[in-house]
Amino acid sequence: MKKQLVTLALGAALGLSASAAFADTLADVQAKGYLQCGVSPSTPGFAAPDANNNWAGLDVDFCRAMAAAIFDDPQAVRFTPLTSKERFTALSSGEIDVLSRTTTWTMSRDTNLGIDFAGVTFYDGQGFMVRKDLGVSSATELSGAAICIEAGTTTELNAADYFSSTGMEYNAVVFEDQDEVVKAYDDGRCDVFTTDSSALAAERLSLANPDENMILPEIISKEPLGPSVRQGDDLWFNITRWVYFALLESEELGITQANVDDMLGSDNPGVRRVLGVEGDFGTAIGLSNDWAYKVIKHVGNYNDIYERHVGANTPVGIERAGSVNDLWTRGGLMYAPPIR
Amino acid sequence: MTDTSFAYVRDEMLDEQPAPATSTGVIGWMKANLFSDIPNTIMTIVGVVFLYWFIPPIFNFLVTHAVFPWSVENTIDACRTEEAGACWIYVVDRFNFFIYGFYPAEEYWRVNICFLLGAVTLVPLLWPDLPYKGLSAIGFFVVLPVATFFLLNGGGFTGLAEVPTEKWGGLTITLIIATVGIVASLPIGIVLALGRRSHMPFVKYVCIAFIELWRAVPLITVLFMASIMLPLFLPEGTSIDKLLRALVGVSLFSAAYMAEVVRGGLQALPKGQYEAADALGLNYFKSMYLIILPQALKHSIPGIVNNFISLFKDTSLVSIVGLFDLLNTVQATTAQVEWKSPHQATTGYLFAAAMFWIFCFGMSRYSMYMERRLDTGHKE
Repeated sequence: MKKQLVTLALGAALGLSASAAFADTLADVQAKGYLQCGVSPSTPGFAAPDANNNWAGLDVDFCRAMAAAIFDDPQAVRFTPLTSKERFTALSSGEIDVLSRTTTWTMSRDTNLGIDFAGVTFYDGQGFMVRKDLGVSSATELSGAAICIEAGTTTELNAADYFSSTGMEYNAVVFEDQDEVVKAYDDGRCDVFTTDSSALAAERLSLANPDENMILPEIISKEPLGPSVRQGDDLWFNITRWVYFALLESEELGITQANVDDMLGSDNPGVRRVLGVEGDFGTAIGLSNDWAYKVIKHVGNYNDIYERHVGANTPVGIERAGSVNDLWTRGGLMYAPPIR
Repeated sequence: MTDTSFAYVRDEMLDEQPAPATSTGVIGWMKANLFSDIPNTIMTIVGVVFLYWFIPPIFNFLVTHAVFPWSVENTIDACRTEEAGACWIYVVDRFNFFIYGFYPAEEYWRVNICFLLGAVTLVPLLWPDLPYKGLSAIGFFVVLPVATFFLLNGGGFTGLAEVPTEKWGGLTITLIIATVGIVASLPIGIVLALGRRSHMPFVKYVCIAFIELWRAVPLITVLFMASIMLPLFLPEGTSIDKLLRALVGVSLFSAAYMAEVVRGGLQALPKGQYEAADALGLNYFKSMYLIILPQALKHSIPGIVNNFISLFKDTSLVSIVGLFDLLNTVQATTAQVEWKSPHQATTGYLFAAAMFWIFCFGMSRYSMYMERRLDTGHKE
């Protein structure tokens, strides 16, 4: 009996590892009829319920883009809101097919957790907010400032690193949680408030007088956020990665959600390849040749997504032009290998 | 007999006089209750000062400075001013989300029918004077769960659009989890309690093992295991609905607690009751059903309802496994940038607290009513 149990357990363990190694996520997803996508429960601009109680945000739209590429239907996706603690377990246990949850790409996560990052959908980093009447226009002028910080976070460590490396003095005013930090800054207990720049813009609206505050241009830490998938399924990884690249490539070629149908008749061979008019690029990733067309048609290119959820005209209001999140052709970091 | 009249002797009864002003009315009440001695006087003064400090700002926050839909300026910009209080327009705008979660708006009627059905079948069960007890019991315990499942989920033969459980949320899911937990945990708990007192070693030790195992683990761990770890042990491709996993987890967890509460009630019964049941020649099930359990459960009402209330509040823990219960929907909307304002989060949490309070207070009052009703004179 005991021996049988051991055999059973061994068999189960082997079965698990085997299924992980040879998993065909694409076939599973196609059989289910929808993509299961892990998102953040509530991060403004990235994943949060919108006014009509639908999921919306940059991370959410990435999953919709994948669903569009696979099913020609951006609604063929179900969202699993995940806390930061459970997100990686949920991915490796197969609860979700792709994790698109403001997750910073770091070496330890990429190498230790059995996951692969497909790309960077948003370059985040820690920034500073100050009151306009302080008369400061750059973080280099912050010497001697009192800074409101959340305790025990990388934010606190990043600030310490930054100020010691630039040889400036500062007074840390430390609080236990983000809401307290914002409140303290609002009450004038410190001159500067620091956190990730994507959150900074949204938190500005919690202040009594948002317009009297400004975000400084300096970013003092690297937080590349991107979607990740389970390791060991190269086809699925390729799909995820090339959906991401297609969003950038189409923007670079000037294909937008609005003009994608006109672009089908374009003479530009690059455009024709992306939209599947020419060449045979979809079959290699198990999809139809017009997979990128479907993505752009239903969800738009990277710029469409960005401007819809986090751009300057949204409440989150993160200016893209000139930032690291702009295309490489305009001085940003967004760069995709060509589709050819 | 001489007719004498002494000036100092009254010859008629005095009219009743009102009690002295210092011992009746407001003053008397205050003297007796608020200023009876020096410590009480000090306490009263401190209390009044305390109220004076706290009530006006709270009232101002909730009412005077709050932004209501009928206020003159009822846009989000009014909430963003420096002197604005509670931002009620945000709660009103997001109200549907708090109640239904991600459920599609055109299908709300399905949830409403479930609420209605629940109320219609539950009221006769709770109100002793109403007839049709058996019918309502069947309605509540059999028809309601089945109807709720098919109505809310749709698809299949129902001809309704399918709404997967991921889209259920808000108060709906809170009530589903609480109701299932409450309804499932009491019978399971009773069985476990009886099992633990059984003379059959196998039954006894299985029950003890079950109770001690579940009681020794925090609910968060149970939910986390159920939602995240369980799929690791299941064959690839099998997936059990996340809500179902949470329901099973919550039910078994609270059943273990319930078992101990009921066991307390069983132990409070004098041995004579058991012996009397035996003497009447009743078999085990009859003696339990007719004699022991009615008394034991009556003793345990406060404990049982205590468990129900804590279970109701514990449902908010399912947010950590990504289910959108009432609290989680409130939390999710605090991130909605279009409603960002200084007091948005506070207002949202106040609303959630008020909802939880209404349900828990209702349960508590009902249990007190039940205790009085079932009180058959064992108390001094």
